[in-house]
Amino acid sequence: MSIVIIKYNAGNVYSVQCALARIGADAIITDNADIIRNADKVIFPGVGEAGAAMHHLRQTGLDKIITSLQKPTLGICIGQQLMCSHSEEGNTECLGIFPDKVIRFQQPDNTFKIPHTGWNTVQITAEKGIIPQEMNDAWVYYVHSYYVPVGSHTTAVTNYISPFSAAMKRNNFYATQFHPEKSGDAGSRILKHFLDL
Amino acid sequence: MLAKRIIPCLDVKNGTTVKGVNFVNFRNAGDPVELGRQYSDAGADELVYLDITASHEGRKTFVDLVRRVAANVSIPFTVGGGISCVTDVDTLLNAGADKITINSSAIRNPQLISDIANRFGSQVCVVAIDAYQDNGNWECYLNGGRIPSGLNLFEWAHQAQERGAGEILFTSMNHDGVKTGFATTALKTLSQNLTIPIIASGGAGTYSHFYDVFANAGVDAALAASIFHFKEIEINLLKDYLVKNGITIRQ
Repeated sequence: MSIVIIKYNAGNVYSVQCALARIGADAIITDNADIIRNADKVIFPGVGEAGAAMHHLRQTGLDKIITSLQKPTLGICIGQQLMCSHSEEGNTECLGIFPDKVIRFQQPDNTFKIPHTGWNTVQITAEKGIIPQEMNDAWVYYVHSYYVPVGSHTTAVTNYISPFSAAMKRNNFYATQFHPEKSGDAGSRILKHFLDL
Repeated sequence: MLAKRIIPCLDVKNGTTVKGVNFVNFRNAGDPVELGRQYSDAGADELVYLDITASHEGRKTFVDLVRRVAANVSIPFTVGGGISCVTDVDTLLNAGADKITINSSAIRNPQLISDIANRFGSQVCVVAIDAYQDNGNWECYLNGGRIPSGLNLFEWAHQAQERGAGEILFTSMNHDGVKTGFATTALKTLSQNLTIPIIASGGAGTYSHFYDVFANAGVDAALAASIFHFKEIEINLLKDYLVKNGITIRQ
């Protein structure tokens, strides 16, 4: 099985590659269109700013390659946000795989800190998402200031200020707002589940 | 609910973990990668690695260490020590660090906070502050607590937030290494005044100190070093205690 991690300017790519190696999977980090198109599994990670990331994806043509993928594809963090139609961060038009719009957390008061940083639990709300059913209420690691509201493609939610999309799915596209590559054993199980799809 | 975080801090010199009492008298506490993995297994929520090596050779050793930590540890980790420009940050993030922490260099050049936040996002930028309370005033110190800066803790923390810091890591020099509890009053003020997460550091000696800083100061995370390295406090038992006492903790 060939596993590809998409290389672009909003990468946390090495961490993702390390996490896959820990579960015995070799992944290639590349921005080569042919290799990405022919991969069995594609991971679209991300840390950074939505506007700059989308600009880079358009310039390199990676935007069209990602949206045309047929094999299981997993967006992580900014990856999930870029798969939506629009992000409030930098007022950015995104890939539109999910019709949802990404918005910024609004703090009711200083007891809710932004970024949402640390470990929180996921509640599974739909079947056949990226998180195995028996992992309901698992702890996963977050660090983000923007989020996808709960919508028709949401498969798991986390509650911070209000419930938001922890995980999403549409056809062959999967996404998590949390970082499975940094979520300890729970994260490893989720990544393994993705590789087993 | 978002969990309160327990963070062991590993000071690294020439590839080995060390921890001082009140910033001097270093004692050896083992291999940093192995320690990190043990902490992760014991339930640590994040790790912090601080490079206290001054030499150029030592810096290269530290980047190699960051790479090995990324390969072997499955929880987030922050690295710091000697970061003075965006290029240093780029090198460490590429080696697999999740966040970086800056201290003296941010005081000398506050623009560095903005530069890091703009380039990599606020979430990677942890601003660490060492401060000492004297006559009621909390003054920030540079160079590992050796040089007074003239800056007030609360004013500097607020400025760091406005410039794009993603978290504040505050160490009370009065409390560090003394094991009589965290600087709860100052931490509570920071927590109430800032919109970003606060990591408490300095003074942890017992389970109840951690309870106190979460329940009464409202901080998001608590950091300690020697009490974990020398197993005076076991992280899994600490977490059991906190859960029993109603603190939201990942287990």
